[in-house]
Amino acid sequence: MAHAGRGLLLADLRQRIERIEGGARRRGSTLPFGVRAIDRRLPAGGLALGCLHEFAGASAAFEHAAAPISFTAGLLARLKGPVLWCVKRRDLFAPGLTAAGLKPERVIYAETFRDADVLPLMEEGLRSPGLAGVVAEASQMSFDASRRLQLAAEASGVTAFVVRRWKAASDAALARPTAAVTRWRIASLPSTELTAPGIGRARWSVELLRCRGAEPSAWIMEACDETGRLAVPADLADRPLQTPQRRAGAG
Amino acid sequence: MTVAHAQALVPGLQMIEVTPEEDAEALGRLALWCLRYAPIVAPDPPDGVLVDIAGAAHLHGGEAALLRDLVRRLRRTGLDAKVAVADTAGAAWAMACYGPQGVVPPGATAPAISELPLEALRLPRETVESLRAAGFERIGEIVEKPKGPFIRRFGPELVRRLDQALGREPDPIEPLFPADTPTRRRAFAEPIGAPEVLERVTADLVRDLCRDLEARGEGARRLDLVFRRVDNLRQGVRIATARPSRDPRHLLRLFGERLGLVDPGFGIEEAVLMASVVEPFAHTQIVGRHVAEEDAEADVGELVDRVAVRLAANAPYRLTPVESRMPERSVRKAPPLGAVTTAAWPARLPRPPLLVDPPEPIVALNSDQPPKMFTWRGKRRGVAKADGPERIHGEWWTCDDEMFLVRDYYRVETEAGERFWLFRDAPAAQGGRWFLHGVFA
Repeated sequence: MAHAGRGLLLADLRQRIERIEGGARRRGSTLPFGVRAIDRRLPAGGLALGCLHEFAGASAAFEHAAAPISFTAGLLARLKGPVLWCVKRRDLFAPGLTAAGLKPERVIYAETFRDADVLPLMEEGLRSPGLAGVVAEASQMSFDASRRLQLAAEASGVTAFVVRRWKAASDAALARPTAAVTRWRIASLPSTELTAPGIGRARWSVELLRCRGAEPSAWIMEACDETGRLAVPADLADRPLQTPQRRAGAG
Repeated sequence: MTVAHAQALVPGLQMIEVTPEEDAEALGRLALWCLRYAPIVAPDPPDGVLVDIAGAAHLHGGEAALLRDLVRRLRRTGLDAKVAVADTAGAAWAMACYGPQGVVPPGATAPAISELPLEALRLPRETVESLRAAGFERIGEIVEKPKGPFIRRFGPELVRRLDQALGREPDPIEPLFPADTPTRRRAFAEPIGAPEVLERVTADLVRDLCRDLEARGEGARRLDLVFRRVDNLRQGVRIATARPSRDPRHLLRLFGERLGLVDPGFGIEEAVLMASVVEPFAHTQIVGRHVAEEDAEADVGELVDRVAVRLAANAPYRLTPVESRMPERSVRKAPPLGAVTTAAWPARLPRPPLLVDPPEPIVALNSDQPPKMFTWRGKRRGVAKADGPERIHGEWWTCDDEMFLVRDYYRVETEAGERFWLFRDAPAAQGGRWFLHGVFA
């Protein structure tokens, strides 16, 4: 009896908080991952569209930037519409994005070579409602800048993806909080074992470091295929890696 | 010398009547052709054209790129031209006719023209001769001197030309405008200068011009806004769009930031808005909500315009596949709004999302098999698994150096789980070395 009453109270509180936070976001505009383990832990039942999301690699090293880029390309592959990608360095290889499902005719690239130009350019892109998403590679993002991007994304319904690529190892780019709705860290893991010598399907450690309205979690997933979908590794299907849930109010 | 004397010296000499009116007309036509670069052009008889490119160089990728394009196009029509860009008309003329051509950086006018001879100041010949007799050869020698004695001895023209070249005095040019372009002008009883007033004036002009364009059934691809100041100097702002447009809101947004670069001086007396390039623009139906494709394309066009205005030097682009097996050449930039090609990259071959261009050499044992251990960027990595080889032959029809190039690409995975794209540029027996070309996710 008391349990049901508490459940109702919590639901009511959640509704009030959502109204205060600005329920301008249309209901139902989410991109489910298609993997129950991830969708269950996200408050919107998937990636919330029309907001700002951050993606980072395992470290500042060059080779650790490939995983978040591929992850983002996989997400965009499953959205409809053109994409604006703001690049800062000339190392993106379009066939690699196509391998994650993002066809080249959908992407418009805008090159800026300075940090200060990337985020205003992203904001400009977020003001066009016809786009599927805007991606930018940024090393610095202050809280104010992220708040502006979040407001622009909410106003137009275009999703903003910021891939954090910071230069110096000591930069501690992720130390400061931002106004992003979710923050992810994607790292490469050894691929699936095959019976014959060779590389099987790649695997990633997908960590949800911060999420508005949910707990941080971590999963081991198989990397996205040519349609951009993740998959649960077969040998871990029974025991997905999760942080222990706190009892009060989660889920 | 007389014509008879010349014909005696050179047998078979061709004689052409000089026709100054036709030459002036041709110069005027050339000046109008230069409107493709900037909104304010004026012929500078006998054989020059002055173009004010302030606020318009960004559409051609910068001042140096603009000059290169101009020289190339003129050469194609058979004209050899000397070109220069500087802060003032006088300095630009001096650098083009008497000095090294090219771009004079803003603010560096004085040192640039100080080495030039005195004729470069557009002075009458008697003044130059009397200056020479007084011992002055270069502009630099008279820049520093006090003005009084010069005015007394050589007349006010010398000091006026010097001040004009250095930007201390205004040097207005009378621009040419082509006939039959949709134009809207507005003159002000009181000179205006405040940025908000400029924006309001621009908004009104844009709205009126769009109505004119609608009546003609055309859309603007390029708009030129020219402000005439109280001292007769003109400031021009130019915007271009990727698709013909007559949406006042979109065009005004493109003008938005560029208006801040206009220097009103003591005030602006007249504003003229011209649609210098127009294209037929069919009336569009209002499409229903369920037909989402049309809306997306319209938005992309406007987004490309806004991004191009903001980025100035680098225009946005798309990447299209190229029928080439060499990874460095398999991608090509294409205009962002254009037909979609049917070419595609090979579907089953693995390609990394990040490419290291040029490929970086790694330290590994030279053998035919993928290395068990390699060092890249100072870090030693052990290889747990490998996949390959994918053999790519050089394209001898594209590049001579690649006649005997054979690359064997391997995908390797380290113990930590990082995946790299390595290749060996020749069989090990011929001394092939290992390189790292990309990083997989």
